[in-house]
Amino acid sequence: MNTFNTNNSDTSIVFNGKEITDIPEDLFIPPEALRVIIKQFEGPLDLLLYLIKKQNIDVVDIPILPITNQYVKYINMMQEMQFELASDYLVMASTLAEIKSRMLVPNETEEEDEEDPRANLIKRLMEYQKYKNLSEQLDEIPRLNRDTFIVSKIFANIEKKDTMPTIDLEELEIAFQEVLKRAEIFASHEIQPEALSVRERMSLILDIINKNGTIKFIDCFTYKEGRMGVIVTFLAILELVKESLIDIVQNQDYSMIYLQPVTS
Amino acid sequence: MSYSKPLNLIIEGALLASDNPLSLQDIANLFDKDKPSKNEIQKIIDTLNDNYKNHSFEIVHVASGFRMQVKKGYDDWVSKLNKQSSTRYSKAFLETLVIIAYKQPVTRGDIEEIRGVSVNPQIIRNLIEFEWVKVVGHKETPGKPELLATTKKFLDYFNLKSLSDLPPPTELEVL
Repeated sequence: MNTFNTNNSDTSIVFNGKEITDIPEDLFIPPEALRVIIKQFEGPLDLLLYLIKKQNIDVVDIPILPITNQYVKYINMMQEMQFELASDYLVMASTLAEIKSRMLVPNETEEEDEEDPRANLIKRLMEYQKYKNLSEQLDEIPRLNRDTFIVSKIFANIEKKDTMPTIDLEELEIAFQEVLKRAEIFASHEIQPEALSVRERMSLILDIINKNGTIKFIDCFTYKEGRMGVIVTFLAILELVKESLIDIVQNQDYSMIYLQPVTS
Repeated sequence: MSYSKPLNLIIEGALLASDNPLSLQDIANLFDKDKPSKNEIQKIIDTLNDNYKNHSFEIVHVASGFRMQVKKGYDDWVSKLNKQSSTRYSKAFLETLVIIAYKQPVTRGDIEEIRGVSVNPQIIRNLIEFEWVKVVGHKETPGKPELLATTKKFLDYFNLKSLSDLPPPTELEVL
C-alpha cells in the first residue's frame, strides 16, 4: 500500500484541470463516471472488487487505506445523489474503517502470529469473486430457447389449444352423493306438497347465475326441499349443461365445483 | 422380438412427440411386451444421433432424460420464431442461482453472506416458480430458515445431465 499516495483523498475531481501526479491513470475513477454505472453494482463486495480491479492490485494484497478512502467517497457521493443506499454498503464502509484503524494502530499486546486484519475481508472478496465468475460462466452455458430449442416443443405448440379442465363424471356423482346425504338429514321434516318442475328450477338457477356470475355447485341445493328437491335441482343443472346454458368448472381435482355462465 | 414398426423409428417418434425429456425407463415403458433393454435403447439413441450428422437436430441427454432438440448454432434463425425474445437474466438473478447450484442446500443467509447484499425475495420467488429451485428442508437454527436446492428442471434448461456438469469453480489463489 505504500505505493499509493494516500494524501490524494481530497483531490476529488480530475475534470477541473488539476494535474494529479504520482498516480497511475487508471487509479482514480471520477465519481461522475460512477453515476452511470452505479446501478450495475451487485453490492458492496462487487463495488470493492471493481475498485480493486481498476487499480490493478492483487485481491490478496489490498492497500486498505486508499481503497477505504475511495469507497467512502463513493458512498458519500451516492448519498448526495440521493440514491437509496442499501444498508449493506454502509456496513461495508464501517468494516473497512475498522480494518483501517486496526492496521494503523497495531495491537499493543503484539502476539506472534496476529491475523492480518484484512484476512476476513479478502476471504469474502475471493469467495464472492468465485461465484461472480461462475455466474458469468453459467450465463454462457447453452440455454433452452436461447441457444437450443426442443424439437417436440414446436410440434406441441401447433396443436396446443386452451382446454377447460374436464370433470370426471365420477366426481360430479360424488359431489351429488354428498348433497344427497345432507338432504336426508332434513328429509323427515319436510313433505313436499307439490311436484317441483325441473324447468322452473332451471330458470331459477340460470337466473341466479346470470345475476351473480359464478356460484358454488353445492349452494344450488335447498336441503329443506328434501330428496326430491335436491334431485330436481340436480336434473335442472344437468339439463342446463346439456343445453349449453351454463358451464360446470372445477379448478383441480377434488376442489370445489362451480357453475358459471357460458363463456363463448 | 416383433414390432410392427422398426424399433429405432418407434423411439425416434416418441422423442419427437414428447413434450418432456424421456428417460430410458420411460422409453422402455412404451412397450407392453418384449421391452427392449436400457442398453439396447441407449445404443439405438447413439445410432440415431450418428444418423443425424447431416441434420439440424440431435438427441441430447439432460437430467430428466433424452430429448430431441435443434443443434447449437441455429439460434440466429430459429429464435426469430419466438415472439418474445429470450429472457435476459439479471446479474443478481444469476449470482443467486449459481450460489444455490454450487453450495446447495443453502439458506438465504448463506447467499447474503457471499454476495454481501440482502437477497431480493422476488428472485427466490421466481426461481421457485420456474421450478429451478425448491425448498428441500429447514435448517435447525433459530428461525428455521428454508434450505434451497436446484431441481432437474434447472439442469434440463441448461442442457446438463447432472450438477457435476456445471463448470468447475476456478480456484483463486489462496492466501
